Amino acid sequence: MVEIYILIGMHKYASPKTFYPLAGTLIPWLAGATVLLLALGLYLGLFVAPPDYQQGETVRIMFIHVPAAWMSMFVYAVMAAAGAAALVWNVKLMETLASACAPIGASFTLLALITGSLWGKPMWGAWWVWDARLTSELILFFLYIGVMALRASIDDPRRAARAAAILALVGVVNIPVIHFSVEWWNTLHQPASVGRMGKPTIHLSILMPLLTMAVAFTFYFLTAALLRMRNEILEREKHTSWVQELVESRR
Amino acid sequence: MLEVVNLACVRGDRPLFSDLSFALKPGELLHVVGANGTGKTTLLRTLCGLTRQAAGEIRWRGAETRALGDEFRNELAYVGHLNGIQGELTPAENLRAAAGLAGAADPERIDAALETVRLSPYRGFPAKILSQGQKRRLALARLVLLRKPLWILDEPFSALDVASVTLMTQALTGHLADGGMVVLTSHQDFEVEIKNVTYVRLDA
Amino acid sequence: MTSPSLLAATANVLRRDLTVAWRRSADVLTPLVFFAIVTSLFPLGVGPEPSLLRTLAPGVLWVAALLSVMLALNRMFANDYADGTLELLALSPHPLSLLVLSKVAAHWVLTGLPLVLISPLLAVQLNLPSEAMGALLLSLLLGTPVLSLIGAVGAALTLGLRGGGVLVSLLVLPLYTPVLIFGAGSVAQAAAGAEIEAYISLLAAFLALTLTFAPWAAAAALRVSLD
Repeated sequence: MVEIYILIGMHKYASPKTFYPLAGTLIPWLAGATVLLLALGLYLGLFVAPPDYQQGETVRIMFIHVPAAWMSMFVYAVMAAAGAAALVWNVKLMETLASACAPIGASFTLLALITGSLWGKPMWGAWWVWDARLTSELILFFLYIGVMALRASIDDPRRAARAAAILALVGVVNIPVIHFSVEWWNTLHQPASVGRMGKPTIHLSILMPLLTMAVAFTFYFLTAALLRMRNEILEREKHTSWVQELVESRR
Repeated sequence: MLEVVNLACVRGDRPLFSDLSFALKPGELLHVVGANGTGKTTLLRTLCGLTRQAAGEIRWRGAETRALGDEFRNELAYVGHLNGIQGELTPAENLRAAAGLAGAADPERIDAALETVRLSPYRGFPAKILSQGQKRRLALARLVLLRKPLWILDEPFSALDVASVTLMTQALTGHLADGGMVVLTSHQDFEVEIKNVTYVRLDA
Repeated sequence: MTSPSLLAATANVLRRDLTVAWRRSADVLTPLVFFAIVTSLFPLGVGPEPSLLRTLAPGVLWVAALLSVMLALNRMFANDYADGTLELLALSPHPLSLLVLSKVAAHWVLTGLPLVLISPLLAVQLNLPSEAMGALLLSLLLGTPVLSLIGAVGAALTLGLRGGGVLVSLLVLPLYTPVLIFGAGSVAQAAAGAEIEAYISLLAAFLALTLTFAPWAAAAALRVSLD
């Protein structure tokens, strides 16, 4: 019985109708925090942190690359968790969260790939090197594309959400396996002398901008996710009376 | 036996029907009527458990069908728009496959079921050469063979000629007389020699 | 349901799929021929230099095997979906995941196993040293069932979708990377005369992992696709 009450409570809290205005009030605050933290993080990273004694000024791209790589994994985990919640409890809000995660996570993955390649050019003398981290990110990018493509090719939004959730769950089980396999493959084929990226010696002056950027990216993720969720809610609830009233009131 | 309480179904995000309640007892037939697009097929698929309802409960012998799972499916036979017949297999092999999935496969009863729907002359040919109506009859043979208490039939009379409609109504009458239950949709008029026909009307 | 009838049901699904495939034997040959053609194209692309071919052979054979299995994925459920037998499967009084497992087994017997059997022939064509033959057979024997199992999830998710064939490759190929790495890796190691035990154990571990999770995920995906 207790479980049923909790579920009913969750459904009320998770109703799109109550969530929509709540997200609307949160978005400006989250967006403001994103801008401030990004400015602080970039200032700390570009001006306060010392240049690396080996890599020189190029090391500063790490302050974007590393948090972006972290976020690419984190967002995938959020997407899989939201998908699991949507599958188990049939909560529409979780479906929209999972659907909002995919393009944002894919963007972070792409950002990590591009910054990694930009960093690689001066360091390795090539735009692309089959480094373990870059390769893992590339496969992660393909996984994101798969989730988005699957969702896009299913017309029924509920079926799309449930199919994408299953795929995301399969992916989340596989990511550690893929990561481990790629590491193994890399140590086997890569000579040890090549500089490994993404593992800067952690000094406070480096850690601070890194963490600030990671928090800024998280706030960006929250902002963008809420915006996307609001859009999808309007789209999917357009037949309901509350959306029609909302549209009328804005006219 | 079969109870439906405040059932609501949506297709995509569009509501089809809501607050639908009815009950079905042994020996009763429920005829679902409604215009195209009102959700008749969705209702039947929801009763089977193929489609999820948006709200409400479906109970079988007092318990929720989703919780019963395999126990409920063990007492259910469904014939949808698709007949569930593999063209590469012969009618007899198709029945044997269906019976194997459901539990028992007695060769003599397979022959008898084919005889009932007058498909014995075709027993050695691949099912893909059968006409639409003959395939429908083969699906009927599956119902006769498996003897499940609850039949859920989506347009069972489609593509059937007059003689085959009679076959189908005979099968329905026999099933109801044995204490079976039937839920069906049909655009065709049919006569079942039993008084217990209930109607559920779905409206747009 | 008692276990004997469950066993009968799974055996019944396996036998039915094999019978159907037997009567459409051209379907079985297509991926096999594809496997042979793709591997034969590589020497034409990179040149017939034996030492180069020897280096490329493990990767080429494994990538070609991977693509062949993927090509054959859509026939795992598509016909059953089109004629409605998949609905019967989903409505049978048995756990769908176990019935899916028998369908995957049938699929493997029809695609993975023939690939394993003709692989030594193509390996000779690519100058793979005979020491590596055992590793090739063993790694394919352990790896191709994993490909079929993961592929089942992709095939189930893309049932009835437009562009399903291309889409399934997008979903499934990234998930195939670990198998490719350790499968091709084991053959390359064996060709270099090194120990391959670690690779083979890892492939076996992948097989155990996918045997546990994939049928369940594929069954869930089928229920979504039938909804």
